[in-house]
Amino acid sequence: MDRAETEGRIKALVVPFNTKNVAIADATTFAGDLEFDSLTVMDFVAAIEDEFDIIISMNQQAEIESWGQLIDAVVKLKG
Amino acid sequence: MSEGVSQADRPVEIHAAGGDLFSKFDPLIQMREGLLASGQLDPFSLVMEKVLSPTRAICNGRETILLGTYNYMGMTFDPDVIAAGKQALDEFGAGTTGSRVLNGTYQGHRECEDALKEFYGMDHAMVFSTGYQANLGIISTIAGKGDYIVLDIDSHASIWDGCKLGDAEIVPFKHNDIEAMEKRLKRIPAGAGKLVILEGVYSMLGDIAPLKEMIAVAKANGAMVLVDEAHSMGFIGPNGRGVAEDQGVLDDVDFVIGTFSKSVGTVGGFCVSNHPKFEIMRLVCRPYVFTASLPPSVVATAATSIRKLMHSGNKRAHLWKNSRVLHAGLKARGFSLGTQTPQSAIIAVIMPDLERGAAMWEALLREGLYVNLARPPATPANMTLLRCSLCAEHTGEQVETVLGMFERAGKAVGII
Repeated sequence: MDRAETEGRIKALVVPFNTKNVAIADATTFAGDLEFDSLTVMDFVAAIEDEFDIIISMNQQAEIESWGQLIDAVVKLKG
Repeated sequence: MSEGVSQADRPVEIHAAGGDLFSKFDPLIQMREGLLASGQLDPFSLVMEKVLSPTRAICNGRETILLGTYNYMGMTFDPDVIAAGKQALDEFGAGTTGSRVLNGTYQGHRECEDALKEFYGMDHAMVFSTGYQANLGIISTIAGKGDYIVLDIDSHASIWDGCKLGDAEIVPFKHNDIEAMEKRLKRIPAGAGKLVILEGVYSMLGDIAPLKEMIAVAKANGAMVLVDEAHSMGFIGPNGRGVAEDQGVLDDVDFVIGTFSKSVGTVGGFCVSNHPKFEIMRLVCRPYVFTASLPPSVVATAATSIRKLMHSGNKRAHLWKNSRVLHAGLKARGFSLGTQTPQSAIIAVIMPDLERGAAMWEALLREGLYVNLARPPATPANMTLLRCSLCAEHTGEQVETVLGMFERAGKAVGII
């Protein structure tokens, strides 16, 4: 699956969590720009895991701070 | 119920600004100063001036009913337990000054492990210096690089810290959600080692886990299972072995973790297991090896208490009665509770926010009642909770007194 398609699917998933309608680009950060708390992170990660049938372990999550990093990680996990 | 709530006491990531390593604590310092500036008594620096019994103490010069000590079976002042401790202190001294694997294993440590093996009907028992270290040691040692730990998001801090100390991949799932757990287990790469970590009773809301279903799913997916029964030992299950025994699945649990600092009434932690190679843990588990063992008096009190807990059916029945009466009474008075039905000896009263929670805590203390104030981030869904833990030594009269105190304090603070 290519990066654009992956990003499109994740963009659809983030809508209910992006309550302030923050404009999203590769550099957008989850903690800073999107103001995700740990509860939101867990629900958002679970939604992505179920959509792509993958595991994003907490070890991997620790390396992901921005939108672009998330898309890259999912593309890589999906193989 | 705690469905849909999910923060738990995971380590919080904090980033330092400037040169002062303490600047990362500024938000917490400010929150605390703000709370205390309003004249609020500090809920986290209470001193028990005298302890009169498992259920009564003197705090701020006032006699206070203890309803937040996890002293479920009231063993702290049991005459046999105290006598055993005194005798060990006289005969073996104040401490061992050594690791369990060097000079720190006395006769009492062996007797304590024998008592645990008998209590659980298991082949192996390993005593740690605290329950925290038991989780830290067992989890970080058995799940290594390339292995996967699948755990409930509301797990206790000691479980999260055990995960952090080890090198396994950490995969949390939504609290008590069997399907979410199963999905994650099925996604783990073939051939990887799997450890599922569950708790019998979750201490924040006092709810229990559907262990029967969850353990069946874990086993069907080839995982080993560790269950922390800290808050159920001595009380839940026909023999007080915990929620897994109560649901008939103790034989399918690979590792039970427990503590001496709740029903047993002293301090220490343990793991019991039927794994044929379990004894090797004594050599490879660093939080077991690189710390001093428990003092002889502590293991003597623990062993005596554990043996008495095997035959405490009447006390268990009385404790269940206390839990039911308190739960029903608080509900009838309009308090919002952590569970719809009493599931354990913990009744969590949900506060609207930290300010009113702290005010309620202080109002109760002035009435002469001590409960636990639990606040974010240690709580699920950032809730503020007043956690009540009942004791088998609470009399029916005390429970009624407690309900009156809650009613007066709740009205004074404007919560009910």
